[in-house]
Amino acid sequence: MTSRTEVTPGPAVELPAAVVDIDTTPDVEVALVSLNQWQLALKRFLRHRMALVGLAVFSAIILIAIIGPIVAPYNPIDIPGAKEQGGDPPTLQHLFGTDDAGRDVFTNVVNGAHVSLAVGLFATLIAGFIGVIVGAVSGAAGGAVDNLLMRIVDVSFAVPLLFLILVAAVFFGQGSMLALILVFGLLQWGLIARLVRAQFLSLRETDFVEAARAVGVSNLRITFRHILPNALGPVIVVMTLLMASNIVLEAFVSYLNFGIAATEATWGNALSNSQGAMGDGNWWWAFFPGLCIALTVISINFIGDGLHDALDPRSRI
Amino acid sequence: MTTVVDLEHVSPVAERRHVGPPPPPDVLLDVRGLKTYFHVMDGTVPAVDGVDFQLKRGETLGLVGESGCGKSVTSLTIMRLVDIPPGEIVSGEIWFDGREILSLPMSEMRQIRGSDMSMIFQEPMTSLNPVFTVGNQIAEAVKAHRQVSARGAWDRAVEMLEAVGIPSPERRANQYPHELSGGMRQRVMIAMALSCDPKLIIADEPTTALDVTIQAQILELIKAMQERTGAALLLITHDLAVVAETVQRMAVMYAGKIVETGTAEEVLINPKHPYTQGLITSIPSNVPRGQRLNVIKGTVPNPFRMPKGCRFEPRCPLAFDTCREFDPPLRITDPDREAACWLHYPISERPVSRNGDGSGPVAKVRVDKR
Repeated sequence: MTSRTEVTPGPAVELPAAVVDIDTTPDVEVALVSLNQWQLALKRFLRHRMALVGLAVFSAIILIAIIGPIVAPYNPIDIPGAKEQGGDPPTLQHLFGTDDAGRDVFTNVVNGAHVSLAVGLFATLIAGFIGVIVGAVSGAAGGAVDNLLMRIVDVSFAVPLLFLILVAAVFFGQGSMLALILVFGLLQWGLIARLVRAQFLSLRETDFVEAARAVGVSNLRITFRHILPNALGPVIVVMTLLMASNIVLEAFVSYLNFGIAATEATWGNALSNSQGAMGDGNWWWAFFPGLCIALTVISINFIGDGLHDALDPRSRI
Repeated sequence: MTTVVDLEHVSPVAERRHVGPPPPPDVLLDVRGLKTYFHVMDGTVPAVDGVDFQLKRGETLGLVGESGCGKSVTSLTIMRLVDIPPGEIVSGEIWFDGREILSLPMSEMRQIRGSDMSMIFQEPMTSLNPVFTVGNQIAEAVKAHRQVSARGAWDRAVEMLEAVGIPSPERRANQYPHELSGGMRQRVMIAMALSCDPKLIIADEPTTALDVTIQAQILELIKAMQERTGAALLLITHDLAVVAETVQRMAVMYAGKIVETGTAEEVLINPKHPYTQGLITSIPSNVPRGQRLNVIKGTVPNPFRMPKGCRFEPRCPLAFDTCREFDPPLRITDPDREAACWLHYPISERPVSRNGDGSGPVAKVRVDKR
């Protein structure tokens, strides 16, 4: 490499006259179509490949949960009996094999989907609803109100989950889905409340809130119009992640027989019922429900990841 | 929800105030003996420690000083935007448009903010809410103070955008802050501040965050808008060049106090206070090429341990014993000129040091009791 960068003695660059005259139009007309924050977020989300894959998989799971039971090949409560003890391996008739009672695992998985999704979704919505309100009040009010609410949050974290589920079973009956949803939601809102409060604490110090105060905007308007919309991005992200963890939690609780009644087809119950068969090498019985849980959780996590990037107003396309 | 969400706090001094007589009607803003302290973990910071100045209607005043001297806190106190706690308005009066505003309840203060007095902030990039269109934000300011329909407020917003020189204002009003450049956003902030025809505009370092070519445009705009509306302007800046170009009178602040006032021209040409003199000689263009730049030796005093006497004394090349022990009040040195420096007091009026002849050792700093 001997030759350095060649310097071409081209014609002297002439500055256009306009450069000298600083024009009073201070900006180039850039954006022709004005995108609002949500449109921008959507645009960013659509660039996030893994999030799109996650969204596709998750949509498919939701679709299966809705139409699956209608098109499922077998009746979930029929007990035809299995040819082999501990269930038959996957065949063309039973794609996912059968359990020890001869029930089609595919049918069970399809029928269990809506339970997992419903618990995950509604528990998260309850947690989100309470959490956003409590967090917003706490962060905006400060002082004694804030202190009181945050101590309630501390208490809510101290309640043992399984114990509360047992108590709830007294009121709602053993294995009630509603009980699970309420218990999960009531134990988790504190997580959202803390996050919203933290958002409020930092957002209320921002320049635009100060500027809004400086033009005489009322506190109520500042709280709900200026701070809350800016605080929601991270909340939505955390809620997707919470939903994924609630699906796992439902499976876990059902596995321990604290959850949905063991006779119901759910992913957690399938795992629970299959544990005796695992030693016999009957992998399909546990594998397919487990795979569904994993796929759902992973896809939701990817969606959450995509939302995280999309909803951050600082990230540029 | 029934909780009243209160980001601000009730007036700290309203109950126990005995205020003096109102200023003459041609005085729009009269700040008297204002002290704003901040109580922080390490002690108390006297950010504003006895500030007096007046601003007549339609007048422009530059408040100059280096970072941390209390000029921004002064402006925030006038707007009553200081967070209490940790802040505390320890004493003082602020007369605005015939009313003592430190005594007003917050609800009335909110009516004044944005309508009779408004503020242009330093950071146009972060002072607009990213989730609303700029038109919306200006309209919100209008709606907060005027009985107008949503349509009327929006029209006013577009009109203001046009007034501050934003091309195709109808379209720009529908855009979000991130779609505008820094200079454009500062224009929007100016439009917002002026949307309700304020009597007082406080501009807190309005050009500091902008690049130089835009700075001149924004200053021109602020000046033009001030002249057009007849509002008074309180311009806060650390930039002497900005002051020279923009305002009639100036006040120089150092460590929470005003050390010198006068017309901008007079102060810049013939500074009376050693600090102002130091500031002016440290402008780089005053020094021939190749020579060392002039600086004011030393650093700003530690706010927890303010010098007992004149706050500039530890850095002052002209300090003498009296300066070490006594803090000089502002004194009229010439018509419409004030300086807070013992040099401008006749020797007979200078207080005598405790140590008699003034030669003995004196405590240089006072340690505040926690």
